[in-house]
Amino acid sequence: MSRGFVALLFGTAAVCLSGTVWAADVESLRGHAVTDSSDPALNKATLAVPGGFGVGWEEQPPMIPHPIDKYSIDLRQNGCLKCHSQATFETANAPRVAESHFLDRDGKKLDRLAPRRYFCTQCHAPQTGAMPLVDNVFGER
Amino acid sequence: MSEQNNTSKPKSSRGRRAAWISLFAAFVVGILFWGGFNTAMEATNQEQFCISCHEMKVNVYQEYRDTIHYTNRTGVRATCPDCHVPKDWVHKFVRKVQATSELYHHFKGDVDTPEKFEANRFRLAQNVWTAMKETDSRECRNCHEFDSMDYTKQESRSSQGHQDAEDAGLTCIDCHKGIAHQLPMEYDPEQDVPGKSVFYTKRD
Repeated sequence: MSRGFVALLFGTAAVCLSGTVWAADVESLRGHAVTDSSDPALNKATLAVPGGFGVGWEEQPPMIPHPIDKYSIDLRQNGCLKCHSQATFETANAPRVAESHFLDRDGKKLDRLAPRRYFCTQCHAPQTGAMPLVDNVFGER
Repeated sequence: MSEQNNTSKPKSSRGRRAAWISLFAAFVVGILFWGGFNTAMEATNQEQFCISCHEMKVNVYQEYRDTIHYTNRTGVRATCPDCHVPKDWVHKFVRKVQATSELYHHFKGDVDTPEKFEANRFRLAQNVWTAMKETDSRECRNCHEFDSMDYTKQESRSSQGHQDAEDAGLTCIDCHKGIAHQLPMEYDPEQDVPGKSVFYTKRD
């Protein structure tokens, strides 16, 4: 019991220490700590680009060409599906969720969006007008 | 004869004065009553009054605090009554009379826990959506009017969407559900295609 407690104490201390050390050491390419929320690039407005961004390679998840801060993806709702679902994409004049998003991990077709594809922003990201810090070596397709 | 006239004259003028005084008194009482009534009604039209009820404060008010109608760049707010109580007197009065049923359910404790509220959220939300559909989103339009929108200043998606909606005769709530409160679990965006929504019900 007490050994377990001591181990837990050590473990917690180690995690805390390493956490602070990492946060202090790791710097983003913009010269801030990665956790620095005052980084002006973080507060830039999201771009709205009619027609969307090009993709760099085949099967790249397309980037989101509009602000998404008013939509939420949670247990209740997936705000993206309001326009991008099978039933609504035509009315909304929006790209439809790709067929691949209806396959489970064994490649079996489901009649609903696969749960593993539910969190759109895991792969699809909105863009700001920040200057790229690393050159894109993929050719535009 | 002349004496009678002399005596009846002051009498009738006294009677007339009494009539004027009572008319004036009725006028003053009327103003006081009307002013008092409206003041009392306005007092129930404050955010502070709304969240003096536990079920409003712990459920819908908390959700609303995360939205653009609570906090935004310019500090212009829309509080509970701005969206949920009509501005003009007749509709406001009708809504306030309907609200007596809400008092009944408040004292009965029908939605006084988050669990009970959640169990009723779908039904309650549909009531509000249906009401807004029927009034052509009247309360939204107190501030947001198609005629006053500068489509060139909107993002391309919003601009196109608003113009299409205007042409199709749609109303705000057709697309903008759940902007100030969480949507019910039962809400499925795929069944809410603008103009073909299944979520407008007969109000109960």
